[in-house]
Amino acid sequence: MIRFDKVVKRFGDLTVLRELDFHVRPGERVTLIGPSGSGKTTILRLLMTLERVTSGTIDVDGQCLSHMKRGDRLVPADERHLRRIRKKIGMVFQQFNLFPNMNVLRNITEAPVRSLGVPREQAEEKARELLEMVGLADKALEHPSRLSGGQQQRVAIARALAMEPEVLLLDEVTSALDPELVSGVQDLLRDIAHRGDLTLLCVTHEMRFAKDISHRVLMFDQGRIVEDGPPEQIFSEPAHQRTREFLQAVLDA
Amino acid sequence: MIWDWDWTREILPELLTQGLLVTVQATLGGAVLAFVLGLFVALLRRSRNPFVSRPVGAVMEFIRSTPLLVQLFVVYYVLPDFGVKMTALMTGIIGLGLHYASYTSEVYRAGIDGVPKGQWEAAIALNLPRHWIWISVVLPQAVRRSLPALGNYLIAIFKESPQLSIITVVDVVGLARELGSERFRYLEPMTVAGLFFLLVAIPASIFVRRLERRLGN
Ligand SMILES: Nc1ncnc2c1ncn2[C@@H]1O[C@H](COP(=O)(O)OP(=O)(O)O)[C@@H](O)[C@H]1O
Ligand SMILES: [Mg+2]
Repeated sequence: MIRFDKVVKRFGDLTVLRELDFHVRPGERVTLIGPSGSGKTTILRLLMTLERVTSGTIDVDGQCLSHMKRGDRLVPADERHLRRIRKKIGMVFQQFNLFPNMNVLRNITEAPVRSLGVPREQAEEKARELLEMVGLADKALEHPSRLSGGQQQRVAIARALAMEPEVLLLDEVTSALDPELVSGVQDLLRDIAHRGDLTLLCVTHEMRFAKDISHRVLMFDQGRIVEDGPPEQIFSEPAHQRTREFLQAVLDA
Repeated sequence: MIWDWDWTREILPELLTQGLLVTVQATLGGAVLAFVLGLFVALLRRSRNPFVSRPVGAVMEFIRSTPLLVQLFVVYYVLPDFGVKMTALMTGIIGLGLHYASYTSEVYRAGIDGVPKGQWEAAIALNLPRHWIWISVVLPQAVRRSLPALGNYLIAIFKESPQLSIITVVDVVGLARELGSERFRYLEPMTVAGLFFLLVAIPASIFVRRLERRLGN
C-alpha cells in the first residue's frame, strides 16, 4: 500500500529523514513512535503531499507520489496526479484545523461535495451518520468554536472519514486535548480501527493506545528507524537501548 | 458674523437632498469598486506568474504614491481622449475606486496571509480543488479578518469624496461652496456640510471599533 524507498528529506541544512525505507501493507495499522523532532510528522506530511521529498520515492498503491509517467518518461507530478493519490489518503491533525467559517455539518460535507461531486443531500445524510458514529449527532448545526477540543477532534475525524480514504494518517491527535477528553477520542479511534480495513499510520505518545490499535510499531530516532516490530515485543522487550530510553522517558512523563 | 438661521433653514433641504445624494453615491460607488477591485488585485498579486503579479504590483505602488487629486484629473481629462464618455460623478467613482483599491488590496493581502497554514493543509488533505480552497475556506476567513480595516477605508473614502468637486462633481461640500459664493458667506453652508460628515463619521468609527473588537481574536 505504502512504500518509502531511500527517502531523504532536508529542510535547508537540516536532514530530517535519512534514506528511509519501510512499507505498510493494505489494512495494516502502524504506529510511529520516537522522540520529538525525529521526523514522524514529516513522514505523514510527505504522504499527504504537504511536503516534497528531497530524494528517494514514495509509492502509494504502486503509484509514485512525486513523479508520474508521461509516455515512457518520468516527469514531476502535476496537480491532477497529486489529487488522484490524495483521494486515497485522509489526515487528522493535532490542532483539528476545522474550518471556522462553516458549521459542523458543512465542515464534513464540503470536501465530498466539492471534490468528489457527491450531491449535497447525499453528503449530508452521510455526514449525519458519521456524526452519529462519533457521538455528536446533535451538534450538526453547531459552530466549531462552540465545541470542546475533544468534540472538535471527533468532527475532524468524521470529516476525514467522509472522503472514504483507504489510508488514514493520525498525527498526535490527542496531544492538544485536555486530559479528561483524551480517552473518548481514543475509544472512538479504537472502534474505527477495529471496524474496517482502513490502513492506519498513527503518531502517538500514548503507548497503551498504540498497543491497542496497531499491528506494528516503528521506533524512530534522528530520521531513521531503529526498531520495527509488533507492539508486544517493542513495548515489553525492546531490542535497542534507544527504544528503552525513549519508553522510559515517556513513562516518566 | 452672526449665524443666520433663516438662511440655514433655506439651504438645508437642498444640501441634504441633492448634495447628500451625490456624496453618498460617490462614497458607496467608490467603496464597492475599491472593495471588489482590491480583492482581485490581491489575488493577481499572488499569481505565480511574475508577468501578472509584477505589473499589477507596480501599478498599485504607483497609484499609492501619487495624490488622489492628480489621479482624478488624469481620469477626467484623459479618458475622454480615448473615447470614453462618462458623467463627472461616474469618473469620480472610478477614480476613488481605483485609488482605494490600491489600499484595500493590501488589506486583503494581510487578511489572506493571516489565514493559518493549518487551514490550507486541512483543505489540501481533504483534496479540495485549489479554487474551492480559495472560495470556501481562505477568502471567507480573509475577508472577515479584513472587515474592520475595510470599514476604516469606507470612512476615509467618505471623507475624501469632496475632492471630486475638482472635476465638477457637486457633492455636499461643492454645493455648500456654490451656495456660499452666491452670498459671499460660507459659515452656514460649510458648517452644515461639516456637521453632516461628523454625524456620519463618528458613529461609523465607533461601529468599526466594535467590529474590530468582535472579530479581533
Ligand atoms: N517546514 C519546516 N522547516 C524547517 N524545519 C522543519 C520543518 N518541518 C519540520 N522541521 C524540522 O524537522 C525536524 C523533524 O520534525 P517533525 O517531523 O515534526 O518531528 P516529530 O513529529 O517527530 O516531532 C524537526 O527538527 C523540525 O524542527
Ligand atoms: Mg510531530
